[in-house]
Amino acid sequence: MLRIVRDAIDPRALEAAVRSDGDGGLVTFLGVVRERANDGRAVTGLSYEAHDELALAEFATIVEEARVRFGDVRIAIVHRVGELGIGETAVAICAASRHRAAAFDACEYAIDEVKHRAAIWKKEHYTDGTGEWIANEC
Amino acid sequence: MVRVRAFARMRELLESGSFELELPAGATLVELWEALRARNRAIDALASSTRIARNGRVAALLNVRLEAGDEIALLPPVGGG
Repeated sequence: MLRIVRDAIDPRALEAAVRSDGDGGLVTFLGVVRERANDGRAVTGLSYEAHDELALAEFATIVEEARVRFGDVRIAIVHRVGELGIGETAVAICAASRHRAAAFDACEYAIDEVKHRAAIWKKEHYTDGTGEWIANEC
Repeated sequence: MVRVRAFARMRELLESGSFELELPAGATLVELWEALRARNRAIDALASSTRIARNGRVAALLNVRLEAGDEIALLPPVGGG
């Protein structure tokens, strides 16, 4: 399951999509909207946009890379776009594997690479009415 | 005629996320950028950090000749997650 969505993300759906009876470890990461920016400014919400086709192609590449690195692991990646409020889930990643180590490693790898490579953009909206596009450090 | 898709700050500066642009025959990404500058010179601030995808693939060569119907996506530094 690799998706860009416009509505709320249900993490259980990702878990159901990747889990098999041979799996002993399932690791789910949720990236949620925080009330403060990295520089401390109060945030009222975030808006995200994506080049869907490029982002989904990057998700698929990242999943393939994770399988080369960590072996038999299945990964779901879902990123939301549009206007999000504090506490809402912007991205969910679930990795399933026979043992937990590969699931943890693959999940961490996937979120790091999604943040650095996928064609997705984030604008922070501040309490003073201003906003700023925020690039992830590479 | 090429289709331009612009995202994030680039979309705001060009005042549209998707528009058509008439370019001379044999134009390259250099001429494309010049045509975009004519809409708003402030995009210069993003010139070194913006990647360009042609028909869904990130283009590395500035001297690639664009063809009618190409989709050119302007990709500022990403910030997902």
